Amino acid sequence: MLRTVFSRPFPQVFRISACQHSTIPAPNVHPDVHYNKIFINNEWHDAVSKKKFPTINPATGEVICHVAEGDKADVEKAVKAAKDAFKLGSPWRRMDASHRGLLLSRLADCIERDAAYLAELETLDNGKPYAVSYTVDVPMVVKCLRYYAGWADKWEGKTIPIDGDYFCYTRHEPIGVCGQIIPWNFPLLMQAWKLGPVLATGNTVVMKVAEQTPLTALYVASLIKEVGFPAGVVNIVPGMGPTAGAAIASHMDVDKVAFTGSTEVGHLIMKASSTSNLKKVTLELGGKSPNIVLSDANMEEAVEQSHFALFFNQGQCCCAGSRTYVQESIYDEFVERSVERAKKRIVGDPFNFNTEQGPQVDEEQFQKILGYISSGKREGAKLMCGGGPAADRGYFIQPTIFGDVKDDMTIAREEIFGPVMQILKFKSLEEVIERANDSKYGLAAAVFTKNIDKAHYISNGLRAGTVWINCYDVFGVQAPFGGYKASGIGRELGEYGLDNYTEVKTMPSRLS
Amino acid sequence: MAKKCLPLNIPHVSEPLEGIFINNEWHDSVSGKVFSTYNPATGEKICDVQEADKADVDKAVQAARLAFSLGSVWRKMDASERGRLLFKLANLVERDSAYLATLESLDTGKPFLSSFFVDLQGTIKTFRYFAGWADKIHGSTIPTDGEYFTLTRHEPIGVCGQIVPWNFPLVMTAWKLGPALSCGNTVVLKPAEQTPLTCLYIGALIKEAGFPPGVVNILPGYGPTAGAAIASHMGIDKVAFTGSTEVGKLIQEAAGKSNLKRVTLELGGKNPNIIFADADFELAVEQAHQGVFFNSGQCCTAGSRIFVEEPIYEEFVRRSVERAQRRTVGNPFDPTTEQGPQVSAEQQSRVLELIQSGITEGAKLECGGKAPPSKGFFVEPTVFSDVQDHMRIAKEEIFGPVQQIMKFKTIEEVIERANNTEYGLAAAVFTTDLNKAMNVSAALQAGTVWINCYNALSCQCPFGGFKMSGNGRELGEIGLKEYTEVKTITMKMSGKKS
Repeated sequence: MLRTVFSRPFPQVFRISACQHSTIPAPNVHPDVHYNKIFINNEWHDAVSKKKFPTINPATGEVICHVAEGDKADVEKAVKAAKDAFKLGSPWRRMDASHRGLLLSRLADCIERDAAYLAELETLDNGKPYAVSYTVDVPMVVKCLRYYAGWADKWEGKTIPIDGDYFCYTRHEPIGVCGQIIPWNFPLLMQAWKLGPVLATGNTVVMKVAEQTPLTALYVASLIKEVGFPAGVVNIVPGMGPTAGAAIASHMDVDKVAFTGSTEVGHLIMKASSTSNLKKVTLELGGKSPNIVLSDANMEEAVEQSHFALFFNQGQCCCAGSRTYVQESIYDEFVERSVERAKKRIVGDPFNFNTEQGPQVDEEQFQKILGYISSGKREGAKLMCGGGPAADRGYFIQPTIFGDVKDDMTIAREEIFGPVMQILKFKSLEEVIERANDSKYGLAAAVFTKNIDKAHYISNGLRAGTVWINCYDVFGVQAPFGGYKASGIGRELGEYGLDNYTEVKTMPSRLS
Repeated sequence: MAKKCLPLNIPHVSEPLEGIFINNEWHDSVSGKVFSTYNPATGEKICDVQEADKADVDKAVQAARLAFSLGSVWRKMDASERGRLLFKLANLVERDSAYLATLESLDTGKPFLSSFFVDLQGTIKTFRYFAGWADKIHGSTIPTDGEYFTLTRHEPIGVCGQIVPWNFPLVMTAWKLGPALSCGNTVVLKPAEQTPLTCLYIGALIKEAGFPPGVVNILPGYGPTAGAAIASHMGIDKVAFTGSTEVGKLIQEAAGKSNLKRVTLELGGKNPNIIFADADFELAVEQAHQGVFFNSGQCCTAGSRIFVEEPIYEEFVRRSVERAQRRTVGNPFDPTTEQGPQVSAEQQSRVLELIQSGITEGAKLECGGKAPPSKGFFVEPTVFSDVQDHMRIAKEEIFGPVQQIMKFKTIEEVIERANNTEYGLAAAVFTTDLNKAMNVSAALQAGTVWINCYNALSCQCPFGGFKMSGNGRELGEIGLKEYTEVKTITMKMSGKKS
């Protein structure tokens, strides 16, 4: 879908060029922040501790504003509110399923109404180019909420012909209070991926937003109140992982936790569930996704798509195609063209429509990525372009490409989450499948080839939750997304996404 | 002319309501003919409407076929966008709901409060429900034997003919358009000649919502001409009809004689409402009353055979008569009116004729029985007791405000008598005993069985008839099947993997 948004109206163009400016409104580069507190029971609260934390504009390094810092005590309040809202007989429990859907639809409408403002705020807080926030992030949010609005009254149990004089059926019930911890790379979109299914199925929510990017989610909270969700159904707590996040993961009254973030923290979430109340856990974690380019691929398309696959969103995608395997006979040409493309990538002020790449989200990520670049040089990969900071202010990094990468190098095994591309060489299909699968991760993959047999052969062999064929980062809210192995547990989106938020109750009744 | 009669401030409608809607444009009939539509509360003409016949159907089919061709805007549209258009349509209906409710009451005679709170809400909710399905219609990938990759696509059927009745014009239009458009078909729709106006207004909203031209075409006209042309058209891939069983048979025959188009039918009913002695008495009396009298008795689901268990029979009759005598009949725009007129003079005569047969055949007329002395096509709320199963009023669909109350002794007996009909649309059971409820509902040959309620219909639930009450189901996920053609695609693969 990311791809689709670009390629439908703007064929083959990943740069938002001057001719498309007319469809994107000029941004206010200093959008006001209206909401910077904790959202519980449709009201705004200071932190119990009165603590606050700063959120930074990564393009400049400056503080945007301070936000209430939620901790265990605030999570406690939020969970209580969510629990009350979930009580039998509450307005939320008594609501027609179709009405839950209507509320989600209205939320989508409000977000669409405030699209320009939300895109501005997203860019300010996260650093992604405004043109992308406006034409990709916000529209995808709206589509996600509308999609799940449609599911609310269609999620059906079954009547089942069991043996004996019994009438048997199942009910699809909500789980209860769901903790949701979302990351900073697509703040609005990750919020929508979580809220859509959890609310369609009738649960209540305690959501912790990333400390790097709390602002847009809090604004959406105000819209949740505006459209009429009952108090306590959605509660949002900005705060840190080790405090607020951990409090949610180990809370005895939270029935389920959904986490999107690093594999490292995913382990912690699962441990916390096991030592507390065995709450259901779904995880969307990291990846080191293989992007396999065969010699018969359309070279131009493969180069452009592979570039997009790695560099999109400043390289900050869980599914970034960060191991580009290129078949021997086209390797040299592919590297040369990729380098040429990377050198043309425009890095700069995210509010400028010509910018393709903004800053990394914060100082920590910035340093981490530079660290990986160093390791690449140290371990003998060939630096083809880039390799350092791109500006004096803010967290900008030059689009960087390493060639002659070997599978055992750090940059080939660990998730960099930055604009650093690894290009590796392979000979045969069997070899590349094995090398591609040789990773603890299994989130996504791609195959570029014109041959239908090879496409199926490779894609069926890859242990990855999404395998793109002749494209990359194509998302549809209708299609499930998630990881094999340490890339995660469960699937989000599509009808499959509803399973994560459902308890199935089987009810056999005796007939006489 | 229509606007003078309306009690509300009606927004100006720039498109004529009286044309034929093809390719998002308003056309006159090819023949030049028009027909009149009447206000059944007064008997007066509302306006003339262009009368579609075979030549107009040909034009509409051509437009619908083109809109369905490979590569058309409609065929290339994202499924989610089809859903979006349906949702917009629902919003537009909601925007204009006061106007539409007024027009519906004017053309059908149903009480305005009913039109506004029941018909309009039902219409809006149905469009929204099917809007949600558009991008959730899944095919499968299938673990077939051999070195093959098999998948199914759930494709639209093509050009769908839809013929809707006069008892719930707007709601029936939504029940038809919702699934057809959600699945990606194109439509040629004929509203009933008694009640074309609200359906034509939907045409204007379809255009406003942004549906591509040719996707929906609306042809007001008569059954034997326009309807028959649709049923036997070689260029129509499927026909859906809601109306009488008598005409349903003709539709099926026409389909068989022409191109074997797929057929779904929602026809009549003579629905049994079974009241056990252990039922909640007050609830049963009121529900049985509403169940048969709602919409002046003009419901395919009317509970027109009320079987009451012997011990409570006398009291039940007495209370039902009392309730019927209290039923207010009058001007549909009077907020205290519960019952408006029958839809036409023809329907009124038919109902009165059947009432006469009840009297002649020996049923006991407890109250009502005739037309009140006023303009319009009204019939008094009528109750018959001591009705025997062989009487015409116990066998034939009356489609009027006439309640038949019968007595029964045992469960086995009432199940047999309830099922002893060529119809099988709906039924109801009133009892507080769980076992009775489950056993009786399992035994009844009816597409919908209500337990301790009546006419509880919602767009999420499949609806349709057993036996001669129809073929296929509308609404719910299952309703989508009728507008889908499944294509299996099997591809040779090398190197099978589980």
